[in-house]
Amino acid sequence: MATPTMDKVEAEASASPYITVTFRIRRFNPEVSAEASWEDFRLEIDPKERVLDGLHKIKWELDGTLTFRRSCAHGICGSDAMRINGKNRLACKTLIKDIGPEKPITVEPIKGLAVHKDLIVDMEPFFQSYREVMPFLVTSGNEPTRERLQSAKDRERFDDTTKCILCAACTSSCPVFWNDGQYFGPAAIVNAHRFIFDSRDEAGDQRLEILGGQDGVWRCRTTFNCTDACPRGIEVTKAIQEVKRALITRRF
Amino acid sequence: MSDTTLGTSGTGSPDGASLYDRDHPAPIIEPPRQRTAKSPGTRARGNFEMYGWLFMRLSGIVLVVLVIGHLLIQLVLDGGVSKIGFAFVAGRWASPWWQAWDLGMLWLAMLHGTNGLRTVVDDYAERPGTRMWLKGLLYTATVFTILLGTLVIFTFDPNIR
Repeated sequence: MATPTMDKVEAEASASPYITVTFRIRRFNPEVSAEASWEDFRLEIDPKERVLDGLHKIKWELDGTLTFRRSCAHGICGSDAMRINGKNRLACKTLIKDIGPEKPITVEPIKGLAVHKDLIVDMEPFFQSYREVMPFLVTSGNEPTRERLQSAKDRERFDDTTKCILCAACTSSCPVFWNDGQYFGPAAIVNAHRFIFDSRDEAGDQRLEILGGQDGVWRCRTTFNCTDACPRGIEVTKAIQEVKRALITRRF
Repeated sequence: MSDTTLGTSGTGSPDGASLYDRDHPAPIIEPPRQRTAKSPGTRARGNFEMYGWLFMRLSGIVLVVLVIGHLLIQLVLDGGVSKIGFAFVAGRWASPWWQAWDLGMLWLAMLHGTNGLRTVVDDYAERPGTRMWLKGLLYTATVFTILLGTLVIFTFDPNIR
């Protein structure tokens, strides 16, 4: 004899959106062990939630020692790039239902940078490359009293590369960077591209000089890993090729 | 909700006590050839890499013609591989055209392959010493092969016994 109220409760229970998902996380804690190891966490979660929500749930309810970076949690700050199911993504832009929650979801730190703890890597080499390409406007002469105007067409030229959030998903997906950290990496080239092709900027030649050297764009093997990894959909490999083309047409 | 640990996690020594603690953390695992604060000073500039890259593209196009032509003549046309002998080679190298063809093929193929291997060494060899030795070996082999091949093409004597 079910009352209508009980019916409703039962229906809600059977239509629960929660599923059981296994998170397989690459843990490293130098204060405990010199080795990194995999650890599994099983949790009930709505598949429409993001991987970041799963990590939060683990940290807040299961294991408070789990360490990862995140700031805005909405795909803008670029703090939570990690290797999820073998592919570099932002944890805050990856829905659990999209990456096959029937199987364990692997979460690793991004490759090619020194791991400090769990999912936290040393970003300094990455930012060092970024600083070296001079990612700022360089001009000569007197500063205008109003903004520096630019035609819509000139702005369009480098529009794609203005979207970069410096999450390092591209650079840490690059096989050349994995094996040789001296390579500038896609992210630095993308941010150089943003100023090289800016009609208002005057240091394009200097940047091309930097990127034309031994560790610059010529080390790119066009594997397109960076384009696949970019959470902002920047055509990274295309930008690198455009810098190569600019280097060649400057000479010939 | 439960968690299970896979494999050996944590403790570094068999008796369960860890070798590492807050004051004595384990060394961080560094990736190969990581960039450090000193790296920018040693950054090589210049256009060598650009010319290397361009050479690969251009020599590749020329090599397609040279190598496919070579294979057709040697293996397919006019009797195929069975016709090749000392007399056939001697006859071909009597003509400056085929001398130039083979010389071009030798130089381009050797330099193309060497440049390719050089980038492979740059990409994969991690220690500076390994890089130096591998490249030294590579350049020695290249110079030897090119010089020997060139010598043979120019001094070939069809009347040799």
